[in-house]
Amino acid sequence: MIDKRVPTAQEAVADIFDGATVMVGGFGEAGSPIELIHALIDQGASDLTVVNNNAGSGEVGLAALIKAGRVSKMICSYPRTANSTVFPEMYRAGRIALELVPQGTLAERIRAGGAGIPAFFTATSVGTPLAEGKEHRTFGETEYVLEHGLTADFSLIKCRRADHLGNLVYNKTARNFNPIMATASRTTIVQTDEIVRLGAIDSEAVVTQGIFVDRIVTVENPALESDLVHKGMSYP
Amino acid sequence: MSEAVIGLTRDEMAMRAALDIPDGAYVNLGIGIPEMVAAHVPAGREVIYHTENGLLGMGPSPTDDGDPELINAGKRRVTAIEGASYFHHADSFVMIRGGHIDLCVLGALQVASNGDLANWSTGGPDAIPAVGGAMDLVAGVPTIYVITQQTTRDGKPKLVEQCTYPLTGRGVVDRIYTELAVIDLSDAGFQLVELTDGIDFGYVQSRMDASLAPIAERQEDSVHAT
Repeated sequence: MIDKRVPTAQEAVADIFDGATVMVGGFGEAGSPIELIHALIDQGASDLTVVNNNAGSGEVGLAALIKAGRVSKMICSYPRTANSTVFPEMYRAGRIALELVPQGTLAERIRAGGAGIPAFFTATSVGTPLAEGKEHRTFGETEYVLEHGLTADFSLIKCRRADHLGNLVYNKTARNFNPIMATASRTTIVQTDEIVRLGAIDSEAVVTQGIFVDRIVTVENPALESDLVHKGMSYP
Repeated sequence: MSEAVIGLTRDEMAMRAALDIPDGAYVNLGIGIPEMVAAHVPAGREVIYHTENGLLGMGPSPTDDGDPELINAGKRRVTAIEGASYFHHADSFVMIRGGHIDLCVLGALQVASNGDLANWSTGGPDAIPAVGGAMDLVAGVPTIYVITQQTTRDGKPKLVEQCTYPLTGRGVVDRIYTELAVIDLSDAGFQLVELTDGIDFGYVQSRMDASLAPIAERQEDSVHAT
């Protein structure tokens, strides 16, 4: 019997260990698994390396995890957005490391990691400070830089709908990094707005196939990061 | 008259750039003035907008509250046109890095006479570095237009002989739209294409830190070249 449902977010994140690398889906608040992140804050794991496009906003979700001092390193493309104050403060204070990666290179590193590809060449960032110290090679008349695939111990994923085998469908631009992170992590933990019966998701329309998913928690009516930030809330 | 009001407004700069977006193009627009281009593409042209966070067929801002999970790269709520599609980030950057997007319009901190672009960091010691998709766009999209003011707020030229800020990409810019002029990048450097009404060549040149080739010279060159 395969049934990947887990009763609570607390149980879903229970084994995330100190020093783990955790990929967190989302682009800004769209697709951000905020309830799983809050469960991770409650759980207490620290010295985490977190992969996300951004670095959170306000003092909820990813920003709250960073503010709690649990993240020793961020791998991201754009660590400042509206209402992003926690990361800049921690970064300036030397309390968090940053590996800045161009957004497409970040996506492709995750895709490659999930596909078992250790490294690849790309033209992105050649001639810029982000290519310094990396291996370069010329194919045809164009210079490329070597980038490495990225994998993680865990990923925290948000989707719109799931079945108990772990087939997932997303909502609009909340898809973003979620499907590729699900492929690149050893343990993929999903929060879904709803679980549907097998067959209710059209097999032609499955975005993430169940093979990539380990645990599914239902979070009905998930919180919206911008709502919480607007209300001035902080977690915990 | 204060210098700040000489030349085109931000909206007029976007309008001028929009005239050069061809019918049928797949286009990515950067944050800021470039975002305003979509509103000005001449009637009768069908242009499909890509936003790198996973939407091909981006429409205008919603007239209601919109959907917090339907946003653009600037994280503002948008709409999707009929016939739009959603995809994950790796596929989105396949469109960019694989050369499938035809044209991208970006902002700039500096553009150099060899087409180098700097638009992501001033390199200051206290700056939080953030690059987003800019390096992928300039590396993968065949045609790069820049919309920018001719100078910074404190009057420093942004069109320069050599960028002093960290680069986004080498030799990537094709054309620049400023409040004063339309300027192409050629093998010879900055070449004037068009002056804003009421602006003369000398004034544009005085607002640059690199030499600008006048329109006439460029036409002669193109005759010899063909």
